[in-house]
Amino acid sequence: MEPNTLKLGTDQQPELHEHSQDAPLAIHDMTVAYHRKPVLWDVDLDVPEGKLIGIVGPNGAGKSTLIKAVMELVPKASGRVMIYGKPYRKQRHLVGYVPQRESVDWDFPVSALDVVAMGRYGRIGWFRPVRKADRDAAMEALDRVGMAEFARRQISQLSGGQQQRVFLARALVQDARLYMMDEPFAAVDAATEQAIVRILHDLRGRGRTVLVVHHDLQTVPEYFDHVILLNMRVVAHGPVSEVFTPENLQKTYGGRLTLLDEAGEALRRGGGKP
Amino acid sequence: MSGRQSGDQGAERRRDRGPCKRAAGLAVLLLLAIGTPLMGAGSITDNSMELPGSREIWQVMTLRDYNTRVVVLGTASLGLAAGMIGTFMLLRKRALLGDALSHATLPGIAIAFILMASHGGDGKHLGGLLLGAAATGLLGVGCILLIRRFTRLKEDAALGIVLSVFFGLGVALLGVIQKMGTGSAAGLESFIYGKTASMLASDARIIGVTALVVAVACALLFKEFTLLCFDPAYARTGGWPVVLLDLTLMTFVTAVTVIGLQAVGLILIIAMLIIPPAAARFWTERLLWMLVLSALIGALSGMIGAAASALVPRMPAGAIIVVTASLLFTVSLLFGTSRGALRRWSQRRELNRKIERQNLLRAVYELTEDGLRGDVSTASLMGKRAWTPRELARLMRLAVREGSAVDLPGGMLRLTEDGADEARRLVRNHRLWEMYLITHADVAASHVDRDADAIEHVLGREMVSKLERALEEKQQSAVPRSPHTIGE
Repeated sequence: MEPNTLKLGTDQQPELHEHSQDAPLAIHDMTVAYHRKPVLWDVDLDVPEGKLIGIVGPNGAGKSTLIKAVMELVPKASGRVMIYGKPYRKQRHLVGYVPQRESVDWDFPVSALDVVAMGRYGRIGWFRPVRKADRDAAMEALDRVGMAEFARRQISQLSGGQQQRVFLARALVQDARLYMMDEPFAAVDAATEQAIVRILHDLRGRGRTVLVVHHDLQTVPEYFDHVILLNMRVVAHGPVSEVFTPENLQKTYGGRLTLLDEAGEALRRGGGKP
Repeated sequence: MSGRQSGDQGAERRRDRGPCKRAAGLAVLLLLAIGTPLMGAGSITDNSMELPGSREIWQVMTLRDYNTRVVVLGTASLGLAAGMIGTFMLLRKRALLGDALSHATLPGIAIAFILMASHGGDGKHLGGLLLGAAATGLLGVGCILLIRRFTRLKEDAALGIVLSVFFGLGVALLGVIQKMGTGSAAGLESFIYGKTASMLASDARIIGVTALVVAVACALLFKEFTLLCFDPAYARTGGWPVVLLDLTLMTFVTAVTVIGLQAVGLILIIAMLIIPPAAARFWTERLLWMLVLSALIGALSGMIGAAASALVPRMPAGAIIVVTASLLFTVSLLFGTSRGALRRWSQRRELNRKIERQNLLRAVYELTEDGLRGDVSTASLMGKRAWTPRELARLMRLAVREGSAVDLPGGMLRLTEDGADEARRLVRNHRLWEMYLITHADVAASHVDRDADAIEHVLGREMVSKLERALEEKQQSAVPRSPHTIGE
């Protein structure tokens, strides 16, 4: 799709900073643009193995774009991306993707099990049908997200959270090493939230790396080990305990948080007066 | 259109009477098949308008007559192929693209005619005409994709522009051809409305081979097309060549459109691509069945349409095929077992009944909740809800009949053991759900059947016990305990 950037990338050593060769994900000076307007500038980071990593930032900060660019769903203007030391197109089987729930038409005539089985299509290969072994694997993945009893249901007859869990199961059935999840916690019910957290811990326990686009600042320290603070550029990234600080959040959310703070301050003062 | 007869009445050509052999295999590719030399179409219409007698109907229905057999088999295979590939086209949300495609075939037909005639050949060589049709059809689709990609115009605008411009160009070119004065030019208009009766055995064979190729392709690529239609972005992350798959799909749509031009015409062919899958969707929630049903509906429409036009001379088969298909569509819309109107209506009625019944049980339970286990009077029930005396009387009768309550003299009602269990479960579920909505109003659990789905399964056991505690704190009266062990 963008052969020049990829070819240029393969044998050039980055000058700015040393990237580890076998990191699950290494992004080198990546810039992404939509309609001539850059949405991500010079993203340069390594993702450590076996961690749960939250990607946090305001609306329009390019969170989804970041993971879409890594998976070559949107073209890069410049830079390159390495998955375990090789370009994405050679490592697809190692990457599991959980798209946003709104990205598909849930009226489609398939069951929950059918959707999860799509996670096995790559392994099945061209022209071959889905077999019993694939359906069994899909069933097992549905069971892991607590959805086994809904396997036969047409997908529009599931609640929003249940649909989200179907997408999660589809990624799980791939048995990838690196997972990319686009807002899996958006507008889900409590059971789904618990199921996702449980699955995330389970994945980490098995040494998998998970990147999660997330919008709820409150739950970041609880859910994630690492955090990437993003606002069209990487403001900060690293362990939550070091990076998830008021100063960094201020830099990420800028005026918006300030406004909130001021409003809160005003309320407090107003409330304190007799 | 004009009442003009096909131009080659004078020279009735010998029909290809060879046996309608099955295609040797898939090696016979589509373009090859289209390129097969064909002599022009002969007219078999006679001018009488008598209604068919029973003997004629019998002959047609049993496919005794050779010509009828050819036409019926041809249109049936066309319907089958269109129904199958149309299913994926519909699910890919490309229905209108198919319409633009079919209209864009007209200039191709005209250009092919001009080229062939000006090189001294037979301007109406069918293979050449269809190749031209396919070429401008694909060009039209290409224009739409380019307009969408490189301008900010929306898809509907791009479709409208291409459809009308290409069709207009085609009509203009037909005008030019008439001015050219080649005698055999007449009859090209039949591609607009279709002329099933002029179908030859060799045409039927082409349609049959194409139908076979489309059917085999849909079977082989079932999984790939499903993924393409449901979630193309996910398909791309998995390394599936989405553009190539899209192209394959549209190529098959083009093939079906082109072979259908002669039989149904370019205005109506889109109906054969869209109506059968749309009708099939009312009967099933499974894609495989939708595909099979759509193929059957398409084939049936093709058969009936062709048979009817064989029985009644001058009856345009294309129009009858479409009318038949839309009749089947209407039946599906009304009576479809999965999404039909009747089924939806009865489901809503059932739901209303269920809610009414639950309202009664809950009302009785709540009236007797504070330890006064006993009988409830009609008057106190009337005060509980805004129901009319007649409604209440009907609900009470139903409750007695199903055994959840017993009627006592003096307009009193008492719950049976089963009825009380059921009522306790209902009240508990409703109170927990209400508590949930109060405490977690930001994430409403949509699409949840509050009674069929045990609350533990939707919200998780932890959340339920949290809700139970919250409810106990709020009310003096505890939540009725679940009659089942939690999480069973």
